[in-house]
Amino acid sequence: MDKHTGMTPIVKMITKVLCGPMLVFGAFIVAYGHITPGGGFPGGVMIALVYILITLAYGRVIVERKVSGITASVVDDIGALIFWSVGMVGLFIGGSYLFNFLGKGSPFHILSAGTIIINNIAITLKVGMCLYAIFLALSILQRVVIDEPKEEEE
Amino acid sequence: MTLYFLDFVLFAIGIYALVAKRHIVKKILGVAIMEYSVNLFLILIGFKKAGVAPILTKDMDLVTFIKTAVDPLPQALVLTSIVIGLGTLALMVSIAIRLYERYGTFDMHEINRLRG
Amino acid sequence: MDVRLPLFVITPIFGAIIILLVGKWDKKIFPRIWSIITMAFLLLLIFLTWDKGTLLHFMGGWEPPYGIVLVEDSLSLLILLIINVVGFLSIVFSYSYILRYEDYLRFFSMFLLMIAGMNGVAIAGDLFNLYVFLEIASIASYALVGYGVGPEELEASFKYLILGVLASTLILFGIAIIYAATGSISMADVARFLINNPGNRVVLLASGFFLMGFSLKAGLVPFHAWLPDAHPAAPAPISAMLSGVLIKVLGIYAMIRVFYHVIGITPMVSQIFIGIGGLSMVVGALMGFGQDDMKRLFAFSSISQMGYVMIGIGLGTPLGIFGALFHLLNHAGFKSLLFLSSGAIESETGTRNLSELGGLREKMPVTSATSVVGSLSISGVPPFNGFWSKLIILLAAFQARNFLVAGILVFTAFLTLTYYLRFQKNAIFGSVSEKVKGAHEAPIPMVMPLVIFAIFCLLIGVFNHTIISGIIIPAGQILLDRAGYILSVLGGV
Repeated sequence: MDKHTGMTPIVKMITKVLCGPMLVFGAFIVAYGHITPGGGFPGGVMIALVYILITLAYGRVIVERKVSGITASVVDDIGALIFWSVGMVGLFIGGSYLFNFLGKGSPFHILSAGTIIINNIAITLKVGMCLYAIFLALSILQRVVIDEPKEEEE
Repeated sequence: MTLYFLDFVLFAIGIYALVAKRHIVKKILGVAIMEYSVNLFLILIGFKKAGVAPILTKDMDLVTFIKTAVDPLPQALVLTSIVIGLGTLALMVSIAIRLYERYGTFDMHEINRLRG
Repeated sequence: MDVRLPLFVITPIFGAIIILLVGKWDKKIFPRIWSIITMAFLLLLIFLTWDKGTLLHFMGGWEPPYGIVLVEDSLSLLILLIINVVGFLSIVFSYSYILRYEDYLRFFSMFLLMIAGMNGVAIAGDLFNLYVFLEIASIASYALVGYGVGPEELEASFKYLILGVLASTLILFGIAIIYAATGSISMADVARFLINNPGNRVVLLASGFFLMGFSLKAGLVPFHAWLPDAHPAAPAPISAMLSGVLIKVLGIYAMIRVFYHVIGITPMVSQIFIGIGGLSMVVGALMGFGQDDMKRLFAFSSISQMGYVMIGIGLGTPLGIFGALFHLLNHAGFKSLLFLSSGAIESETGTRNLSELGGLREKMPVTSATSVVGSLSISGVPPFNGFWSKLIILLAAFQARNFLVAGILVFTAFLTLTYYLRFQKNAIFGSVSEKVKGAHEAPIPMVMPLVIFAIFCLLIGVFNHTIISGIIIPAGQILLDRAGYILSVLGGV
C-alpha cells in the first residue's frame, strides 16, 4: 500500500536523504538564534517544512503515523505554554513580563542572552507544529473538495 | 525616492487585485502583494547602502557604528508582520476552500447571497 | 510600574491555550467553566486597578521610549470596563447558546483570544503593539463570524476578512510612515516629537491611512460594506461582542487615541470626523428601515449609533467628548442586550425575520421585557441611558453653534425611534404567530445576562450623574490632555 501512495521513487529517495540534514539545520538555526541571524520562527518553519515534505512525497497516511494532527496541536499548545510560563516567571522574579531573569552570560556563546534561548525553543515548537497542523487541516479540506463533484456525477 | 515610489506602485497593484478581481485566489494574492509592499516599505526605512548588522563590538567606535549600522527596529516589525500575514493568509485560504466546497465556484460575483 | 497590567492580556491567552489543551480530554464542560472563570478574573483585575491614576508597565524591564510600555489611564479603564463586562455576560450567555454547535473548544478559545487582543489594544502604549493586538482581535473575529460554516456565514466571513485585512494593512502603512517621519513608535515619544517639530507634512499622509483603516474597522459609512453582513452571520454572543465592543475598541478607541494623543487633532480631521459621523447616522438609520432580519436591523443601527459617537468626537469640545464616551458606554450596554435578545429569540423560535415573529410578549416574557428596555434605551426615551448621552451630544452641537449637525442628530433620533417601534410592534407585541406558538422562555444562563444588561441600562440612566462624574469625565479629561499623557508615560525621560 505504501508503495502506491505519494510521488515517484526519485522524490521519495531525495526526501529520505534530505530530511535529516533539514531537521539538523532547523535545530541549528534555533540553537544559534540569539547570536546569529535566525531564531525560533525560521527554525520552526524549517522543521515544519520537513514534515510537509514527507507529506507531499509519501502521502498523509505515512506522516500521520509519525506525528498525528492531535499530537501536533498538543505540542503546539505546549510551546505556547512554555513561552507563557517564561514570561510569568519573569513577572514573579523581576516584576515585569518576559523579564530576563537568567544571567546574560558572555556575548557570542551558546549559553548567553538568558531567557531568549528558552523562548526560541518554545517558538520553534509553536511555529513548527502549527504550520504542520495548518497544512494537515488544509489537505483534509482539499480531499473533500476533490471528492464532492465525483459523488454528484455518480 | 524612486524605491519608495515603486513601493507605492506595488501597494496600488495589491489594492487593485483586491478590489477589482473577481477570482477569490487572485484577491488573496492581492492581499499578499499588499502586505509585502508594506513590509518592503518598513525595510526601506531602515535600509542603508553597505550597512552592517547593528551589533556594537569592542573594535568599533560609536560614530562609525551610527553611520554604518542599519536600523534594527523595522526588521523586528517586519518579522512580526510576516507572522501575522501568515496567520491571515492561512485563514483566508481555508475559508476560500470552504467557500468552494459550499458554492462550487471561486467567482466572487456568483457568491452573492448576502446583499452587503 | 504595575505588575498587574500584563495580566489583562496574558490571562485570556492562557485560557485560550489551556482550553485547547485540556479540551482534548474534556470537550464540553471545561471550556465553558474555564472561560467564565477567566472573565471573572479579568473583572476582578479591573476592580483592583480601579481609580489608581495612570498605571504603567515596562515589558521585560525596558523603559520607554525604547521598550514596550503598557499604559492604563482612565480612558483605557473605561474601554476595559466595556470589553470585560460585555465579554463576561456574552460568555455566560454562550453557556447555553453554544449547545447548537458541535465544537465548543475553538469557540471559547477564539473568544478569549479576541478578548486578549482587545484588552491589549486598550492598554497598548506604542503604535506597533496597537497593530499587533488589533490583528489578534481581528483574526479571532474573522474566524468567529464564520463559525457556523454555512454558505452565508463563510461568505460574510470572507468579505469581512478581505476588508479587515485591507484596514490592517492601511494601519500598518500609517505606522510605518509615522516611524519614518519621527523615528519612534512609542505613542508618547511620537507625540512629543510632533509637538517639538510641528508642520510635518508626511504626517498628513499617515493621517489619511489611519482614517481609512480605523473607519473600516469601525464600519463607518463609506467603509461599512462588511458590517451588515458580518453581524447577522455571526453567532449571537459574537454579534454582541462585535457590535458592542469590537468596532468600538478597534475602530473608535484606536482612532481617538491615535488622533488625539499621537498625531494631534486638527480642524480638518475634526471636520472629516463630523462628516463621516453625520453620513453614518443618516445612512445607517435609513437602511435600518427596510430590514426584515432582526440582526441586520440592529447592525445598521450600530452604524447609525457609531455616527453619534463620531459627531461627539468631531465636535472636539469637552462636552462633545464626554457625550461621545458616554454614548460609547451606553451603546455597548443596549446593543449587546439587543443582539443577545435576538439570539435568545432565534434559538427558541428558529427565525429572526420580523414578518414571521409576533406576540413574543406572551411566550417569552422576560426576553420581551429586556428587548423593550433595549429598544427604548437606544431610541432615547428619558429614564433610560441612551437619552442622556444623546442629549449631551445634542447640547454639545448647540454649544458649538453647529445647528446643521444638531438638526441631523434630532432627525436620526426620530428615525431610530421609528424603526425600533416597528421592531417592537412586529416581534414583541401583536398576535402570536405560527413560529412563536411553540416557543417558551430561554434557559437561565441566557436570560440572566439579558436581565443584567437591562438593569444596567436603567441604572446608568437613573444615576447618570454618578457615572458621568465618576467614569466619563476622567476619561474625557485624559483624552483632551495630550501633554499630560506624554508626561505621565515618559515621566522625566
